[in-house]
Amino acid sequence: MNEPLTNKQISLETRDLSISYGDKRVVQQVSLKISNHQVTAVIGPSGCGKSTLLRTMNRMNDFIPNFSMEGEIIFQGRNIYGPYSDAGTIRQKIGMVFQRPNPFPKSIYKNIIWGPKINGYQGDLNDLAEDALKRAALWDEVKDRLNESALRLSGGQQQRLCIARAIAMNPEVILMDEPCSALDPSATARIEDLIKELRDNYTIVIVTHNMQQAARISDQTAFLYEGNLVEYGVTKKIFTQPDEKKTEDYITGRFG
Amino acid sequence: MNRKQRKLKEQLFIWTCRVATWMAVAILFTLLFHVVREGIEWLDLDFLDSFPSRKPEQAGIKSALWGSVWLIGLTAMISIPLSLGSALYLEEYAPQNRWTRIIEINLANLAGMPSILYGLLGLAVFVRYFGLESSLWSGSLTLSLLVLPVVVIASKGAIRSVPLSIREGAYALGARRWQVVLYQVLPSALPGIMTGIILALSRAMGETAPLIMVGALSYIAFLPESPSDPFTVLPVQIYNWAARPQDDFHGLAAGGIIVLLVLLLTLNAGAVFIRSKLQRYKS
Ligand SMILES: Nc1ncnc2c1ncn2[C@@H]1O[C@H](COP(=O)(O)OP(=O)(O)O)[C@@H](O)[C@H]1O
Ligand SMILES: [Mg+2]
Repeated sequence: MNEPLTNKQISLETRDLSISYGDKRVVQQVSLKISNHQVTAVIGPSGCGKSTLLRTMNRMNDFIPNFSMEGEIIFQGRNIYGPYSDAGTIRQKIGMVFQRPNPFPKSIYKNIIWGPKINGYQGDLNDLAEDALKRAALWDEVKDRLNESALRLSGGQQQRLCIARAIAMNPEVILMDEPCSALDPSATARIEDLIKELRDNYTIVIVTHNMQQAARISDQTAFLYEGNLVEYGVTKKIFTQPDEKKTEDYITGRFG
Repeated sequence: MNRKQRKLKEQLFIWTCRVATWMAVAILFTLLFHVVREGIEWLDLDFLDSFPSRKPEQAGIKSALWGSVWLIGLTAMISIPLSLGSALYLEEYAPQNRWTRIIEINLANLAGMPSILYGLLGLAVFVRYFGLESSLWSGSLTLSLLVLPVVVIASKGAIRSVPLSIREGAYALGARRWQVVLYQVLPSALPGIMTGIILALSRAMGETAPLIMVGALSYIAFLPESPSDPFTVLPVQIYNWAARPQDDFHGLAAGGIIVLLVLLLTLNAGAVFIRSKLQRYKS
């Protein structure tokens, strides 16, 4: 039941992952195999641990003082919390896009190249910026004002800039935590289209509380409820004939 | 309370605020007017380019002007790196425990200490114990102590107000802590830090008491050539002239005040300019 139904390669895998803040356990024994070059949606009611699970996947929770976890997260054959893993290196390969667009208070161009630059990128930064912006479907809108402040962009453009910023690192996985929840419907639609395109080159895990969105853009869906993984499988199946009563209740809007 | 009464009270309140504001402006302008009227006739290039003298018509503020410039320059060079380092350490690295809390409380206390106490400390420590005598070193080290807590507190506030989302965005790109602090947090906090520095240095420029304590002389007929030279500064020179009985010296004092004000305004204008440059990218 915890296996995706396709035979694609696995990019990221959680094994018996439990996460606590202090004494409070918020994610319990989650085992999840995330397929390469697929969009995996994590859905569930607010407070069920979606963000916690996602942020643990690239060690962004390391900064929370009372955070603790058990189990393993395997990426490229290694436990990312193992003794030989380095959080910075992992975040270079597993990027993240946040709920609220958070461009740096710098120019559009500098937003893109900052990450590659501090990590010692050797190639041509202009080419890199152009490529990342094109992949994030933002190039045409900003190519004439790369030196303007990123904060002058609209919310939707800012979020695509944040996606471009993540892409510029050439990651393998991009984690997105409700990337459209602060955006209007048309900006949301653009980001959804973008996510579908990005699947060809990146593995995407997206947290959303919007079930229609999960149904529209994802290949696999994981339903999380009170920290437990209730059901995980091909999106179409989850939304049409789920195995679990709980899943059916949730997607038909009986709670949440 | 009915509507009419409430309206009346509101009007009363607005007018009280208005009168208070106008009063402050009026007092400021009266002072300025008075100073300018008295000092303007003494202001010329000779005044800026002459050393103090017993004859008012020959006296100038050359040594005080350059002494102030030296002193503030040295104070900035000593205090800015120290306070930036402390603020960054306290905000970004120090563990939140009893010791750091004690340090923070004491910073607030130090910022409120009367400046003459810093003068006493400077006299005991720099002038006497370290044998620096009444030099620019003693003066600038003393002023650095005075400026330090103010700048640390202002910088800490500015650093703390850098949103978490910026740090998260940086970490999510694989940045190391020092890279986040140096390339994201510091630039974002810089306008606030600059404001703190300029306010503190402006205050230091007007300080008289602690400098008299460490022995800034009022009669200096040469320019300092190194930080170990004795010195005087504008407020000490002004104080000295103002304390004399002859009217002409009062005019000289007023002239000195104008020079000091212009210097302060220049410093502040420079700060506003730099800040607007830095804030280019803030929306
Ligand atoms: N830093 C934290 N410290 C303590 N509890 C937290 C922290 N962050 C989240 N929680 C709690 O963990 C649970 C899961 O939160 P979260 O992962 O943000 O849920 P979701 O993203 O599904 O809405 C919630 O009950 C929340 O209150
Ligand atoms: Mg969340």
